[in-house]
Amino acid sequence: MLELHRVSYRYAGYATAVLHDIELTIADGEIVGLVGPNEAGKSTLCLVASGLAPASIGGALSGSLSIDGELMAGRPPHELAERVAIGFQNPDTQLSGVTATVFEEVALGPMNLGLPVAETLARTREALATLGIEDIAERSPNRLSGGQGQLVALASLLAMHPRHVVLDEPTAQLDPEGTRLVGEALRALAATGTALLVTEHKTDLLDGLCQRIIVIDGGRIVLDGPAGDVLADERLPGWGVEPPSRIRLARAMAGRGLDLDLIAGTLR
Amino acid sequence: MSEADVAFLQRLAPPTPSSYHRLNPFTKALAAVAESIAAFVIGGYVGPLAIFGLAVLPAAAMAGVLRRLVRVSVVLTLPIAISVVLISVFTRAGSTVLFTVGPFDATVEGVDFAGQVLVRLITLSTAIGLFGLTTEPRAFVFDLERRGLSPQLAFAATATLEAIPAMLERAKVIQAAQRARGLDTEGRIADRLRGVLPLVGPVVLSSLTEVEERTLALEVRAFGRRGRRHLLWTMPEATWEAPLRWVLLAVLVVIVAARLTGAWPAIP
Repeated sequence: MLELHRVSYRYAGYATAVLHDIELTIADGEIVGLVGPNEAGKSTLCLVASGLAPASIGGALSGSLSIDGELMAGRPPHELAERVAIGFQNPDTQLSGVTATVFEEVALGPMNLGLPVAETLARTREALATLGIEDIAERSPNRLSGGQGQLVALASLLAMHPRHVVLDEPTAQLDPEGTRLVGEALRALAATGTALLVTEHKTDLLDGLCQRIIVIDGGRIVLDGPAGDVLADERLPGWGVEPPSRIRLARAMAGRGLDLDLIAGTLR
Repeated sequence: MSEADVAFLQRLAPPTPSSYHRLNPFTKALAAVAESIAAFVIGGYVGPLAIFGLAVLPAAAMAGVLRRLVRVSVVLTLPIAISVVLISVFTRAGSTVLFTVGPFDATVEGVDFAGQVLVRLITLSTAIGLFGLTTEPRAFVFDLERRGLSPQLAFAATATLEAIPAMLERAKVIQAAQRARGLDTEGRIADRLRGVLPLVGPVVLSSLTEVEERTLALEVRAFGRRGRRHLLWTMPEATWEAPLRWVLLAVLVVIVAARLTGAWPAIP
């Protein structure tokens, strides 16, 4: 379980806080979606939830982050890495730049943990298979498309076997097939008890993937509830979030006096 | 691990297409350093040329990189060679003047000195170049890590060595983007130079802005954890290579000591 209790955070060198009084709990096996307009504080919340802010990037944090009941304040980043993983939206900056093959790139984390080679091998293969990218295992990480790079970056996180995963727009550069693969991987990950916090603009991905969705605006949580309720909330566009296509379709049809359920029933 | 696993991991290691490539990176590095130092310490023409002709050239031919080595060495040596020749020929004091350019006299002594420096430079650049052409940076760094180098230092070394091709790649992308917006990077040298200037800022700045995110991505993969790693593959090392290295080292020590004590005969 990952818990943020009354968290406010200010970047180093800035006078004002970016996050205010955040109260968030993610249970084991739960997938929580995080949406909001640009500059709302989504990426900052991801950094704070992963412990990297302030452990790695500095800044001032009030409140607490605890993982499985243990306070994380003062822990070094590599210790946090074994408990919570974070993935960013730009695949280029997530690859180490020192490996010659995708396999070695994914294996880098387990190697850094000092695991025996057999364990590293098994974890790497498992992570590649989960995301369906075994076929590019021997390709150079410098010769990947944006989508492939993102899947490799995600596989690199999965190979760490973290119990908590924070993802900041993991499908930003993925095509529909890549997005589907990531969605499946996240579901499989959650089924093993991993807690996930996923920031996404693609609400179609969050719809059906997340049990819960949080809306953040101006550094504050403005809505937190079951995914279906939040995604259907009329205020969502006002927060700069586009509802999923099924809701937009239903609203468009309702606007023309058509009942989607009735049409679906007729088609059946 | 199964035999198939071992074979797979060994396939990830850099290819070794010749018997010289198959030498352990540490042996090749020591040979390059010993040849370079010996060429400088022995001095004259015969010593450096003997090292070049009897050690470097046959090894390059054996490795099948002779042409590339010549090309690389010329590119590396030429700028230094030109300045060395100009400075030595025209500023070195001597009694025999060959010709005069303005206030400068070109002397026989200056030409002789420039020649001696040139043969040393050629031996040094080809010895180091041969090492570079037959050894991938990661192979060398992993080998050093196997011998006790810290993983963090190993990463820093590899990242530095790999940074240059990555920056060139980035420069190409930015150049293409600038060209699409009308920047002229073709034609006369002056035009090309003018075309390079707009690239410098974006290449340097984009590299710097990515540093933080790349650092975070590495932290997440337990990069800061102390302790040894189990490497996925190792470079081969024949049983006779360690004794060979000691012999090389001993010969080098003898040459340096002999030169320092004046016991080494003056060779032209």
